[in-house]
Amino acid sequence: MRDFILTAGMIEKTRMAIENSLISAGVRTALLIDGAGNILSNCGKDSSDIDTISLAALAAANLGATSQIAKLIGEEDFSLLFHKGKTDNIHFGRIGSELILITIFREDVSLGLVRCRVSELAKTITEIFEDN
Amino acid sequence: MALIDLSKREVHCKIVYCGPGRCGKTTNLLSVYESMAEKDRGKMLTIDTKGDRTLFFDLLPLNLGTIRGFNIRIQLYTVPGQTMYEATRKLVLKGVDGLVFVADPLKVRRQSNIESLDDLRRHLQDYGLKIEKMPLVIQYNKRDLADTPTPTLTIEELESDLNDTLKVKTFPASAIEGVGVFETLQEISKQTVRYVANKHLLADMK
Ligand SMILES: Nc1nc2c(ncn2[C@@H]2O[C@H](COP(=O)(O)OP(=O)(O)OP(=O)(O)O)[C@@H](O)[C@H]2O)c(=O)[nH]1
Ligand SMILES: [Mg+2]
Repeated sequence: MRDFILTAGMIEKTRMAIENSLISAGVRTALLIDGAGNILSNCGKDSSDIDTISLAALAAANLGATSQIAKLIGEEDFSLLFHKGKTDNIHFGRIGSELILITIFREDVSLGLVRCRVSELAKTITEIFEDN
Repeated sequence: MALIDLSKREVHCKIVYCGPGRCGKTTNLLSVYESMAEKDRGKMLTIDTKGDRTLFFDLLPLNLGTIRGFNIRIQLYTVPGQTMYEATRKLVLKGVDGLVFVADPLKVRRQSNIESLDDLRRHLQDYGLKIEKMPLVIQYNKRDLADTPTPTLTIEELESDLNDTLKVKTFPASAIEGVGVFETLQEISKQTVRYVANKHLLADMK
């Protein structure tokens, strides 16, 4: 695992990409984190109400655990990580091998759309972080 | 792994407290939590099993002020010490920048300390890290038990079991009384920030 060094340019590019793709589609919160639970980007309207530090730590651990579970039963990894709640749903998507994009959304946004946008974003975000 | 945000001028580091089950890792974090001013600490997150055993990890985010214009943010984690939680322990160590090994002085725990240190060394190796190269301090916890009838190991015995080859800084402590906790944290934070700065920021931090 490597350390991430964020510049203002990277942060801005990432934020724009996430805003244009997910937030404009109605996703409430999107959080880009690394495998150690650090927050790289935080977008959307509810993000100040949520304890994002705890969320990032738990999500990183949760995805790590899920990968291990996959290996135990002979799978490479699970492609879909999604929890459905009464009002809020949460989706975890891998971005390359080191980053995770967490999205929180409600009924007005479909899971299919979120999955599709996250996989598009994976490419854009990977490029932003690889250029550096 | 550290995160360095040049635009906000923040450095984020991950420090993990390791050691055998019941050695006092969670107690260390609770003690830090209680002694820090509210503005410098975040929420403490703990995931407990039955009773007080850590199942996955504890997390305490801290704000340690600024060093050369960079805001130092530290996340303290504890691993679950019990042997059976090896897989989760390894996950928590992912991306670690600094380590505290908390040793238990109970005579009956002598072998557990040694095994726990071996387990740590092995997990770090799997992540491509060498324990000798990492920021690391050892804390000899529960020193308050030395004056009680409970059979405990002396500092010399602990030294020869755990620190014979590593030769890192050690701190006697009684986490339950808050003794030695801050000294341990101060030293590991200093080492960790220096380690991260040496890797990346020498030029920027001057
Ligand atoms: N006498 C004494 N007891 C201590 C001290 N520190 C911790 N304890 C006690 O040791 C027990 C275990 O402490 P924890 O902090 O939960 O241990 P842990 O290392 O987090 O254990 P796991 O989560 O199972 O890995 C508790 O009953 C604590 O009160 C100390 O300095 N002195
Ligand atoms: Mg614990």
